[in-house]
Amino acid sequence: MLLQRVVYTLPVIWLVVSLVFLLIHLVPGDPIQQMLGEGAPPADIAATRHLYGLDAPLGEQYIHYWRGVLHGDLGPSFRYNQGVSRLLEQRYPYTLQLTLASLLVAIGLSIPAGVRSAERRNRWDDRWLSVISLFGLSFPNFALGPILILLFAIKLGWLPVSGAGSWANLILPAMTMGSALAAILTRMVRTSMLEELSQDYIRTARAKGLPERSVVYRHALRNAMIPIITVLGLQFGALLAGAIVTETIFSWPGIGRLTIQAISNRDYYLVQGCILAIGLTYVAVNFLTDVLYSVANPRIGQ
Amino acid sequence: MSRAQTFLLGVRSGHGFLASARRNPLAAMGLTCVVVFIIFALFAPAIAPQDPASIHLPARLDPPSRAHWLGTDELGRDIVSRLIYGARISMLVGSCVVASSLALGLIIGSIAGYYGGGIDRFVNIVLMNAFMSFPGILIAIAFVAFRGPGIFNLVFALSLGGWVGYARLVRGQVLAAREREFVEAARALGASDWRIIVRHILPNIIQPVIVQAAIGMAGAILAEATMSFLGLGVPPPTASWGTMLNDGRAHLFDAPHLVVFPAMAVMLAVLSFNFIGDGLRDYLDPRARMEAGI
Repeated sequence: MLLQRVVYTLPVIWLVVSLVFLLIHLVPGDPIQQMLGEGAPPADIAATRHLYGLDAPLGEQYIHYWRGVLHGDLGPSFRYNQGVSRLLEQRYPYTLQLTLASLLVAIGLSIPAGVRSAERRNRWDDRWLSVISLFGLSFPNFALGPILILLFAIKLGWLPVSGAGSWANLILPAMTMGSALAAILTRMVRTSMLEELSQDYIRTARAKGLPERSVVYRHALRNAMIPIITVLGLQFGALLAGAIVTETIFSWPGIGRLTIQAISNRDYYLVQGCILAIGLTYVAVNFLTDVLYSVANPRIGQ
Repeated sequence: MSRAQTFLLGVRSGHGFLASARRNPLAAMGLTCVVVFIIFALFAPAIAPQDPASIHLPARLDPPSRAHWLGTDELGRDIVSRLIYGARISMLVGSCVVASSLALGLIIGSIAGYYGGGIDRFVNIVLMNAFMSFPGILIAIAFVAFRGPGIFNLVFALSLGGWVGYARLVRGQVLAAREREFVEAARALGASDWRIIVRHILPNIIQPVIVQAAIGMAGAILAEATMSFLGLGVPPPTASWGTMLNDGRAHLFDAPHLVVFPAMAVMLAVLSFNFIGDGLRDYLDPRARMEAGI
């Protein structure tokens, strides 16, 4: 099972790396010309092209690119005057930190809300929660971010507007990024819990006199978590894409903001590197989800 | 008439609308908002009180007033007019992205599902897995970053990642439908593959596809606004809700209305399509709601 997953993942990684390689050849005209700006002397352009190996045949460049990726060398960044790999190394932990914090926000909000919704199916609190979660789903994070800043940083002055460094800095971006996921998860937890609560083993648990709390959380929720883990894995990509927006809003020094800065600076190797890093993380998380899934549900592993 | 058609007609016609609205007030609200947005998009020049691009610096950052209902932006442009024109971009890009993703998804999904075998394995395992393993918005960001902004590039970029969801759905439905008797009957009568797919299978599987398309509109509008917010959408001075939000961010302290109103416009549009999608799904197949986990 696990081996099969590894085999399926390999062509995807190949495709991701190859697509990212193609990106630099997608630039209309000459990427070096774009980087150096209009009016750059042709000699400089030719020298830079040679420096980056862009004058070699396409096949050779492709092999060279792969060799670089395998050795952790993703080329130079024009703007920052250092290797793309080093820049990614510095920024990656920030994105990881933010993503994990927003996962916590999402799980912390959605599990109590979803369980409550399922317990009180079709009553007024269930309906309210479902409308709220639809709102959460529809409220874009690039709109939520500024509004949270307006409320908690500018009007109330409780939290810093932007930047990184302390726990207080993490709260608003994590809330911004986590809320949409919380909305999706709430709906998922509700459905999954409804399904479990109607099972025979729940009737057994209740019949033997277990307190309701323990029936719901220890019996039902545990089984309900299995499909939720899958959704979490699938939504991780959306979360990473959300990081691009959220980091831009809060000046969070992660990979997402780096991507946007690289795009506006026409720092093409850096753009390539950022996209590769995000893509590979996504592939790795999907793989991990599958592993977790078979751990959480032993029936699958067999 | 299929249930989807009766639902849509029932909601549209006067008497049926009230009946449907009582049954599903959220979907009715969503439909009303969408109709308003479509009217804005179609007749923006007639509806907008002012030219959305006309710069009037003395009136910059004005709060809402009688002359400018929702205030003015940093160049003194009327926000109401810009929001009305912004509906154009949202609706245009949203519907183009959904239409092209849907077309691609229908073609690829029905070929994979109908013919099965090697084609299906290639499409399902290699193609769909590869695209699913990459967030759609990241594909779009990468594409526009390297190709440059513009409405065509934007639609193309968003459709690149958008077709997979439809293809998966269609493939699954076609796979189940092709074993049914009416397909066998059509085949026995000598109908061509093309005719069987288009005339017999597709009309029978179109309902969940319509639901997906309604929810897809919400996603596409959100994606367009995100791209515009990041500066990768339609280039200025064209008004787009995402661009307006991004421009307004710099004035969060002194003129928060620059952020609040475009944010509400995006939310209302996305929410409306989500309501319609949910309502359609409830109406067409309450069981599907459970299976989709929503």
